[in-house]
Amino acid sequence: MKRVLLYFILIIGFLLPTVAEERSEIDSESHEAEGFDPTELIMHHISDSHVWHIVSWGEGDHQTHIEIPLPIILINKGKFHFFLYSRFDHHSHIAESRGSYFLYHHGEIYNTDKAGSFEEDEHGHIINSKPWDFSLTRNVWSMWISVVLLVLIFTSIAKKYRGKPASPKGLQSLLEPIVLFVKDDIVMEQIGQKKGEKFVPYLLTVFFFIWINNLIGLVPFFPGGSNFTGNISVTMVLSVLTFLITNINGSKSYWKHTLTAPGVPFFVKVLLVPVEFIGLFTKPFALTIRLLANITAGHIIILSLVSLIFILQSVFVSPVSILLSLVMFMLELLVAVLQAYIFTLLSALFIGMAVADHEH
Amino acid sequence: MDFLLTPDPGLVFWTTLTFGILVFVLKRFAWGPILHALRVREETIEYSLKAADKAKSEVEDLVKLREELIDSAKTDRDDIMKEARELKEKIINEARNSAQKEANKLIDLARKQIEAEKLSAIRELKKQVAELSVDIAGIILESELQSDQKQKELIDKYLDNVNFN
Repeated sequence: MKRVLLYFILIIGFLLPTVAEERSEIDSESHEAEGFDPTELIMHHISDSHVWHIVSWGEGDHQTHIEIPLPIILINKGKFHFFLYSRFDHHSHIAESRGSYFLYHHGEIYNTDKAGSFEEDEHGHIINSKPWDFSLTRNVWSMWISVVLLVLIFTSIAKKYRGKPASPKGLQSLLEPIVLFVKDDIVMEQIGQKKGEKFVPYLLTVFFFIWINNLIGLVPFFPGGSNFTGNISVTMVLSVLTFLITNINGSKSYWKHTLTAPGVPFFVKVLLVPVEFIGLFTKPFALTIRLLANITAGHIIILSLVSLIFILQSVFVSPVSILLSLVMFMLELLVAVLQAYIFTLLSALFIGMAVADHEH
Repeated sequence: MDFLLTPDPGLVFWTTLTFGILVFVLKRFAWGPILHALRVREETIEYSLKAADKAKSEVEDLVKLREELIDSAKTDRDDIMKEARELKEKIINEARNSAQKEANKLIDLARKQIEAEKLSAIRELKKQVAELSVDIAGIILESELQSDQKQKELIDKYLDNVNFN
């Protein structure tokens, strides 16, 4: 029975696009202005935002948005500007603060004048100067939610460890094996019992921070859904921290090995040393891109599958979209923990390689 | 698309700050206590297992000791029983012997007494027979000698018996 149902859905899924394609040709002729652009929607969802959009309905001028305007913090010419996103005018997208004018355009804030004038280059990009933007964006709030959750969860668990040693209960018994796994099978395994102890708190935090943010990113409604761990600023910060910890704790033999490549002929050294040196930076770079790409790709795929309904303009596609995005969601749940694991494992591996004392 | 690969200084700043604080807070209030407790638990378990092992071997030793004690008690008991049996037999034998001896002695004594009694009775009897005989002889003599005739006959008789050689 299940199998029959599955085949049925799959057959519909293959047939519908052809039907819908014919329709969309007709549609595109008659309603060219209302064409649905999934790229814009997807890019809007995976990028950071100065406003937290919750839900909207209606069309055209009757469209109603429910959204939370987020605090904008700007530093322009040594002056701080604090205001809410809602100060940007609905139509002109200009906000005034302490005598300065700012223009909001596609998620970026530019300096402008009272009239809101801006200059564009040949690609249509605005080339006005930008203030330093330290706004508490959607990603920042999303991160703070995750931080609050992490602190609440783990301090409440930590309380249970007071007193006499006892068997774990409740949430504690769920998370304790994971904590022990990260500690024993990632950190101690890669760095070693003696030296690993120092790096356990950092790597545990990295693991749970990435994991919980990946999971929050998968929640499809407010306050989830932000692509925090798929943002290069975030993955870069994390991998730079790993890079710093790795190289600050680098042992003598590590630096000797990296910078002098002992035991190889001179002409190989000429090649090897630059490669090793570049390797120092490619490792964190790979960490940055791996996490970013994996998480962003997951978001894009799920959003694309959902967009399929609107691209094909057919409600009959929805079972297929739902089924496929369900599969993707399950995969993404795995990816969420897998990427956290990989990031932590590789960080531990790099640190382990750097702190090792042995000679090659 | 370029925003995807362009770090945003604002987000970099907030992420660095927040993550730094998070590491510190969790290290201080979560990882520290949790890992410490886990280590303590690990050690406790290890210690408890060792203690249990020790207790087990101690119990085994005690069991062995008890068995040894029971065994030695058994042999002791057997020895004591054996000794007691021997002693009993010895006592009984001794008692029997001494009783026998006593009995023999008594019997001897009784026999001697009986012998003595017998002898004295015989003597008495002899005496009495003698007296009786004399008495009878007297009576007979008296009756015999009542007539002169008879006296004469008797004297004759005796005189006949006497040989005058």
